[in-house]
Amino acid sequence: MAPVLPEALRERIVAEFPKYPEKRAVLLTALHFTQETFEGWIPKETVPEIAALLELEPIEVWEVVYFYAMFNSEPVGRCHVRVCTNLSCCLRGARPLMRRLEELLGVRPGEVTEDGRFSVGEVECLGSCGTAPVVQINNEVYRENVGIDDLPGLLDELRQRLDARDAEGESEG
Amino acid sequence: MTEELRLLLPSGDENWSSLADYESNDGYAAAKKALQSMKPEDVLEEVKASGLRGRGGAGFSTGMKWSFLPKDGRRPRYIACNADESEPGTFKDRQILERNPHKLIEGLLIAAWANTIDAAYVYMRGEYRGPYENLVTAVDEARAAGYLGKNILGSGMDFDVYVHRGAGAYICGEETGLMESLEGRKGQPRKRPPFPAVSGLWKQPTVINNVESMAHVPHIVLKGSEWFKAIGKEKSTGTTIFGVSGQVMKPGTYELPLGVPLREIIFEHAGGLRPGRSLKAVIPGGVSMPVLTADMAMEVDMDHDTLQKAGTLLGTGAIIVMDDTSCVVRAAIAIARFFRHESCGQCTQCREGTGWLHKLMKSVEAGTATLEDLDTIDEITSFMEGHTICALSDAAAWGSGWFVRRFRSDFEAHVHQGGCPFEGTSFEI
Ligand SMILES: Cc1cc2nc3c(=O)[nH]c(=O)nc-3n(C[C@H](O)[C@H](O)[C@H](O)COP(=O)(O)O)c2cc1C
Ligand code: SF4
Ligand code: FES
Repeated sequence: MAPVLPEALRERIVAEFPKYPEKRAVLLTALHFTQETFEGWIPKETVPEIAALLELEPIEVWEVVYFYAMFNSEPVGRCHVRVCTNLSCCLRGARPLMRRLEELLGVRPGEVTEDGRFSVGEVECLGSCGTAPVVQINNEVYRENVGIDDLPGLLDELRQRLDARDAEGESEG
Repeated sequence: MTEELRLLLPSGDENWSSLADYESNDGYAAAKKALQSMKPEDVLEEVKASGLRGRGGAGFSTGMKWSFLPKDGRRPRYIACNADESEPGTFKDRQILERNPHKLIEGLLIAAWANTIDAAYVYMRGEYRGPYENLVTAVDEARAAGYLGKNILGSGMDFDVYVHRGAGAYICGEETGLMESLEGRKGQPRKRPPFPAVSGLWKQPTVINNVESMAHVPHIVLKGSEWFKAIGKEKSTGTTIFGVSGQVMKPGTYELPLGVPLREIIFEHAGGLRPGRSLKAVIPGGVSMPVLTADMAMEVDMDHDTLQKAGTLLGTGAIIVMDDTSCVVRAAIAIARFFRHESCGQCTQCREGTGWLHKLMKSVEAGTATLEDLDTIDEITSFMEGHTICALSDAAAWGSGWFVRRFRSDFEAHVHQGGCPFEGTSFEI
């Protein structure tokens, strides 16, 4: 079977080895890189290859994938939008914000829009409580002080970005 | 001059992100002083004498912690620097990472000199994209300028800093959970002993300190322990970055001496409450710490001793403010839900207890709980305290359990009324 990990990703992972006394320490980093490469999630087929690269058993990779909230073992939208619903954000309106986001996109946590572009989720305190409510898209820099009225503009911005990326992809192909 | 030696610029918006800015404000002067003119043991003594206490939550003496490292010359030795910052309400280390990252690097460098350290790993929560990029840039700058690498400042010491990303698990802020995670495993805390000073990262001697704790080290070394001790209170020295969130007019971070009155932080620095509102409850140190009623909050100063006497703890200095529109049962549910989600599941008391607390709190809000259930909550919290591998279980018990003890009448009102008296007016969770 042909390898699923692209060569560039392998090289990126291997380049991390010298920072640590053991290869295993690169596991979380390797999973982050994998997720960036595969539109926000970790396809099943990548796991044995990551394991082999780090000289681990696949189960040792799987248990890490499942333990950490940032790793997705199922596909997510190309823009995975997470709203912090911890106390400080809820004190400033995170719940109605989350509800409105679900309405606007027509998805609940765990679902992906039909076009594969969006999914939503709740996240624990993001460490940005002074600028609540806080939203994070994929692993980008936070959107802070997000009000319900900011949502349509935010979603438009993301749609335009996806359109631009699709256009780029077509011109390359 | 004093102003320039703070963790953050007093005005708040500028930053010292670049090496050039930092150097023009006495940046790396402390490192030069330490590495070129002080013996490692003298640096350690200075930090010990300053009274600096850890800013990660437990408030343990930093100098004392350093002195626990074995004197047997075993190498390599590591610093694990805690930038996991996941205690709800806490957003202070991020200010340092974004606005003054070289302060942290300089602190790590001096700590390395004092303790004969070979490398530092900064374990940063994975969601912190902005702070990550910023710190990595600063580390690269510092390396290019010779502050990291081989034979630093002609001292003969080799030392480097690596920034490591977590992936979304509160328990990885617990010191041994952090080490498990850094080594590439689930972040499940280790049993102690052995303690990290003796057997930490890859079983080698390891110092673990919070970002802010490390960032205080340069000014302690440059200005001396007497200068640092003159700020704050006798057993709570120096400044700290208080984060204020929730229902205040100006949420944000405020760097102030330890021991300032909580009332002053809320009503002066953070702009007070919304017009027409009164204070209901304040959590003084992140959601792990016992909540205070409005009356208690008006009386306390923000230092270790005063808060402990008042029946709570300073924690991370993260102040969450609730006004009189807020249903405290909902706040307790939000906290219980968090701990249930974040328990790593190794200990029965914690795994089961966090689940039960969340369930019972929800039944109070739904109006299906009895007065007996309120007593059961109390029993569960005592069963969760003091018998587990790490302190998450205690934190969960304090964080939500003290709501019932200090706001009993609100909980009873839910029981008697068969629902939430604040329906439609309180925040939603
Ligand atoms: C459940 C739990 C979570 C913790 N999270 C953090 C954290 O996010 N950041 C932090 O610095 N310390 C955290 N701590 C405290 C650390 O275990 C440790 O005491 C601290 O990093 C030591 O640094 P200091 O002495 O400089 O404060 C946590 C502790 C527990 C029990
Ligand atoms: S107390 Fe809770 S979080 Fe800590 S080790 Fe036990 S189960 Fe895990
Ligand atoms: S509670 Fe939302 S960022 Fe902290």
